This record gives sequence, C-alpha cells and structure tokens, in this order.
Amino acid sequence: MIPRRCALSTSKVMRALANLYRIGAQTAHLMVGLPDYANYADHRRKHHPGEPIMSREEFFRECQERRYAPAGGRGMRCC
Amino acid sequence: MATNVTTTDRASVHWTIWVALSLVGAFSLGTVALQRGESINAVWLVIAAVSTYLIAYRFYALFIARTVLELDPSRPTPANRRNDGLDYVPTNRYVLFGHHFAAIAGAGPLVGPVLAAQMGYLPGTLWILAGVVFAGAVQDFIILFVSTRRDGRSLGDMIKSEMGTIPGLIALFGVLAIMIILLAVLALIVVKALADSPWGTFTVFATIPIAMLMGVYSRFLRPHRIGEMSAIGFVLLMAAIFFGQPVSKSATLAPMFTFSGETLALMLIAYGFIASVLPVWLLLAPRDYLSTFLKIGTIVGLAIGIMIVMPELRMPAVSKFVDGTGPVFSGSLFPFLFITIACGAVSGFHSLIASGTTPKMIENETQIRFIGYGAMLMESFVAIMALIAACVIEPGSYFAMNSPPALIGTTAAEAAAKISSWGFVITPDALTQLASDVGEKTVLSRTGGAPTLAVGMAQILSNLFGGKGMMAFWYHFAILFEALFILTTVDAGTRVARFMIQDLLGTFVPKMAETRSWTANLLATAIAVSAWGYFLYQGVVDPLGGINTLWPLFGISNQMLAAIALILATVILFKMKRERYAWVTVVPTFWLAVCTLTAGWQKLFHESPAIGFIAQANRFSDALAQGKLLAPAKTIGDMQRIAFNNYLDAALCAMFMAIVVAMIVGGIISIRKALANSNPSTHEVGYDPQALRPVNV
Repeated sequence: MIPRRCALSTSKVMRALANLYRIGAQTAHLMVGLPDYANYADHRRKHHPGEPIMSREEFFRECQERRYAPAGGRGMRCC
Repeated sequence: MATNVTTTDRASVHWTIWVALSLVGAFSLGTVALQRGESINAVWLVIAAVSTYLIAYRFYALFIARTVLELDPSRPTPANRRNDGLDYVPTNRYVLFGHHFAAIAGAGPLVGPVLAAQMGYLPGTLWILAGVVFAGAVQDFIILFVSTRRDGRSLGDMIKSEMGTIPGLIALFGVLAIMIILLAVLALIVVKALADSPWGTFTVFATIPIAMLMGVYSRFLRPHRIGEMSAIGFVLLMAAIFFGQPVSKSATLAPMFTFSGETLALMLIAYGFIASVLPVWLLLAPRDYLSTFLKIGTIVGLAIGIMIVMPELRMPAVSKFVDGTGPVFSGSLFPFLFITIACGAVSGFHSLIASGTTPKMIENETQIRFIGYGAMLMESFVAIMALIAACVIEPGSYFAMNSPPALIGTTAAEAAAKISSWGFVITPDALTQLASDVGEKTVLSRTGGAPTLAVGMAQILSNLFGGKGMMAFWYHFAILFEALFILTTVDAGTRVARFMIQDLLGTFVPKMAETRSWTANLLATAIAVSAWGYFLYQGVVDPLGGINTLWPLFGISNQMLAAIALILATVILFKMKRERYAWVTVVPTFWLAVCTLTAGWQKLFHESPAIGFIAQANRFSDALAQGKLLAPAKTIGDMQRIAFNNYLDAALCAMFMAIVVAMIVGGIISIRKALANSNPSTHEVGYDPQALRPVNV
C-alpha cells in the first residue's frame, strides 16, 4: 500500500515537473518570438490537411524573420 | 445550509486576508513615508510596493475588467478566430505573460528612477506606485483590450479608424519622433558608461563576435537550438567580462579600448547603420536572445539579492533638490519628476507593444487583465528595484557619478569638496576607492543612470555572492547587461524607424516605399541613423552633460504617447457608450497632459539656462555677440553649434506639445460625435452586435 502511494505521488510530481519544464521552455521561446512548433504542426495537420508544413528549421527561420520585420507592429521594442 | 456556512466562512477568510494585506501595505508605506533621520531598510519599500500591486490588481483591475470593459469570456479572440499557428496562436496565459513582459521591459524603468533618486527615494516611490496603478497599467490593459477586439491592429491604425485620418497621421509622426529621441538617449547612456573605460568597452565589443558566432551556430550548425546557443553565448560573455580586467590593466591593450565620448558616439552611429542592414540572423537575433534571457535573469537575481541582503537606503527620503536645483536633472519636482520616471509608472511606448504581437495570442478575453495590467505591475517593480539600487549607494558617491563636470570639476578632490558643500559629505579617498573597487579609473560624472545602477547592483550582488573582491566583476556585468539590450534596441529601433521613414516618404515618392529596393533601404536607414546620431552627438558635447537635455525630451515624448493612447482609450469608451466610467482614462490623461505641457512650457521658456532651451541658446548667442567663449565650447563654431542645438531642442519640444494639444482637440471632437450618436459606434471586429453571436471569419 505504502509503496504504491509513493509511486503514485512520485509520478504526479514528475508529471508536474515535466509540465513546469514545458511551460518554462515555451515561455523562454516565446520571449524571443518563437511560438511552439508542435502546436503549429498540429494546427496545419488538423486544419489544412494536404498542405505543406514547414520543417522545424524553416519554421525557426520564418519566425526569426517575422520578429524583426518592422511591418505590422513587429520589431517594436520598448525603452 | 452546510454549504452556506462554508461559503460564508470562505468569504470571511478571503476578506480577512485582503484586510490584513491592506494593513501591512499601509504600515509599510507609512514607514517609508514617515521615517526621518535614520535610514530605513529597502525591504519596507518592497513590501509597500508588492501590497499596493496586489490590492490594485485584485480590486481596481477587476473593476476595470468587469464593470468598465465588461470582458466577455464567451467572445472569440483573434487567436481563436484566425489561428494560424504562427502569428495568431491561442497561448497559455503564463507563457504569454512572459512574452509580453519581455517585450515591455527595457532600459527605461532602470534609468528613470536612478535619475529621480536625486530628490530622495520617497517622491519617486510614490509616483511609481500611484502612476502604475492609475495610469500605466490602465493604459496597457485597455490598449491591449481594444486591440484584441480589433484583430490585434496597431495603435496608429486604431487611431485612424476610430478618430480619423488626420489624428492617425499626427500620431504616426509623433511615434517616429519619439523613436528618434529614444534611440539617441539610449545610445548616449551606452556612450557615457563606456567612455574611458577599457574594461567595459572590451566586453561590449566582444558581444559582436560572440553574437555572430551564435548566429552562425543557429543558422547552419544546429538550427533552432536557441537554448544551446544561448548557453554558449552566456559562457562566452562571462569570459569576456573576466578577460576585460587583464585587458584594462595591460599597457598595450588598454589604449586600444579606451575611447572618448565623441569617438564612441561616432562608432555607435556607424555600428547602427551597419547592424541594421545586416541579415537579422547574423547579429540582431542572437544578441536579442542573449539580452532577453540576461535581462530576465538579472531582474530575478536583483530581486532575490534585495530580499536576502536587505540593504539600508542611504539616500534621504526627500532631498533638498526637490526645489529644482539638483545636478542630475534640472527642474522642480512638479512637473519634472513625472516625466523623468516614465517607464515604471506610465510608458506610452507600451501602447505600441500592447497593440503588437500580444493581442494576437490572447486565449480568452478575461486574461487581458492578467497580461496587460499584471505585466505592467511587474515592470513597475523593476523600477522600484532600480530606485533601491540607486539609494543604497552613499549619496555623495551617487552625486559624484551623476553630476556633470561643469558642476563638480574633474578631480576627486574638487568633486568631494563640491558635493560635501551640498550637504552630502564624502571624502576624495572614498571616491577613488569606489573607482578602484569597480575596476575603473574614475567614477566622476558617469551620468546616464547605467553606471549608478551598476554600482548599486554590484553592492547588493557582491554581498550575496563573491564579496568585495567580486564588485568589479558585478559592476561590469551590470554595464554589459544594460549595453547589450540597449544595442539590441538601437539595432531593432533603427529598422523600425527606417520602415516608418519609407512609409512616410512613400506617400510623396512611391519608389521610397519599396522595401525590397536596396537604394530605398539604404537611404531610409541613413536618414534614420543620422537623425538619432545627430541628437546623440549633440548630447555628448552638450554643456550640461547631455542626459540633462535629452532625458526630459524623451520623458516628454514618452508621456505624450501615453496621453495619445489614453485619449484613444477614452474615445473608445465613449463610443462604446460606457462614458459613465470614462474617468478611468480621463483622469490619467488629464494628469499626463498637465505634466507634459507644463514640463514642455518650462523647457521652452524657463529663465534658467539649465532648464529652458531658449534661455540656454540665448546665453550662448549673447556671449558670442560679445566675443566671449563659454565652457565647454572652445571655438566660435562650438558656440554657434550649442546655440543652434538648443533652438533645435526647443523646436522639437514645441512640436511634442503641439501634438498633445492636437490629439486632445481630436479626442474632444470624436467624443462629441459619439455623444450625439445614441448607439455604440466602435469599429470592433469578429462580433455581430445585432445577432449577438460570434461571427466565423
């Protein structure tokens, strides 16, 4: 009984930590203007089936260009 | 029945907590405000600030969310309607909070409070707290809200569609002017920090090859591995700081990295031109990653440092310089305190960020309060920490670092005697000791805020880690961290200014608007760089030390932009038929208009040459007419230039005032139209008011 409860709580803690890491990594990436790639790929597959999906590298380059393209309020940064 | 009891219990526990928090906040604020004579602990300031933020967020922000704006959780946001996985992405609110905070936090909240510390810690603290709760966070919140309801459109676009083409054009022109002044003043801060400092100059120079290496790494070797590349960059940066010391001691290397302010300014101008035409992946992007992570890390480190070290504030609560005779910036508490601390209390620039990428990623309207209001509270906390860092320094040292040489001379003995005569006793030995502690030849007249903040941070962080032997390292770490993100801003800002210039000129010469044309690009970049470069160089050779001239201009322009954003917010509240609550934006608009117009008026017409541009220009042209030379001018040409520069600053200041007045008139016209209309007349998208149901786009 006791080991099982331990195992349960350990896996819960692990899951919480994994979740925390995921959120942290996403935050760090979005801070420098890089949205979540998995989410992008999912979205393309679900809503635009058959259409091309950028590879991770292409996605990275595209986002980098977009972040500093001055049009459309991007590239603006604060004092 | 049982449920009722629990609910009542929970409600009473809830209220007990908030009442207790209010009492703690009130007690801390009282301690901060009323303590006289003895020095107080910085922790009181932190507790007072955090309690204020929590109460404001819980009550005032909630009131704005529920009653004033009526945020609607069922209404689809642009991220939901236009989800493309790239620009429009429904994003976890904590992740988005980080994105938004990283975009609004810059050098501003670190510099303004340091300059304002000359009046003591109390005036600055009170303005930062009151300003953020009633003006700054309200502006960020409401602009984020209105942009979210308009598919994430930009501030200029929204002014055009809600108020008309002419106010829209005026606002755009205002934004371009503020960009130019911002870039000049930020570049000036870097110049002031690096002049005659081989250690600092070496480390900042080293960031260029380090960033390029990272750029190549993430482009060709290991694409998209931001974490890896930033870790490598970080290690190299630390190495650059470490090797900066032997460089500064070496007889052969030190002179190679020792430059005067004038030379550094010219180098920075050339750098700005080259960096902003290079591909972004090579220099701008990697340095941006480094500076963003370093910025967040340093802010967290400073917060931990203050809470563990619990330093005493040495600056008095209110200094005698509230009367306007201070050496750091001239002019009395009203209106100049309120334009000196812009970011941290209220920053117009945020309205550009809040109508940029963030509104396209909001998952649900109700989260706008957390992201818009909440992130600004966090930025305000950064300002409080900067104020603390400036106030833990011995006041004598603070004034030695922040006064121009015209006032305190150029030797430690002169400076110590002069500053002691102001009532802030300091010995020449203490000043030379401080300089050697931080690894510099001198700390005199290192104006601009960055070095002062660096000394304060070094004092706090060396207490936490490394002891006095590490002070020089922490000092240069802090200088590097500020220079790094200022250079990123200079680079990115020049690109934005170029784009705006191309846009503006494109209306007259269509060829100029072609962003793919190299001629148009280079020409617009040259115009942008020479515009901010001119003001930068003028600041370096300015008789009052530059910061004294440029920072108020920047403050006025930034508050002017905030007033414009709040006028738009007010107009939209009237158009939504929510005029009953318009005071939420009218009160801060009114206050900002009063501050910017009064400050502008004094910068123009004040009889003291330290404050009034025209008085200063006349002083130099009168002396010239009598054939006399005034310091720091060495030739007749210098005299003419200083007079001309002051007339130019006066013209710019008058233009900012004219923009504020024009926008107020435009706002009143739009409000009258909205009042005459019995129906709501906003231009929101994505919602059909007749059917009262979501529209699929």
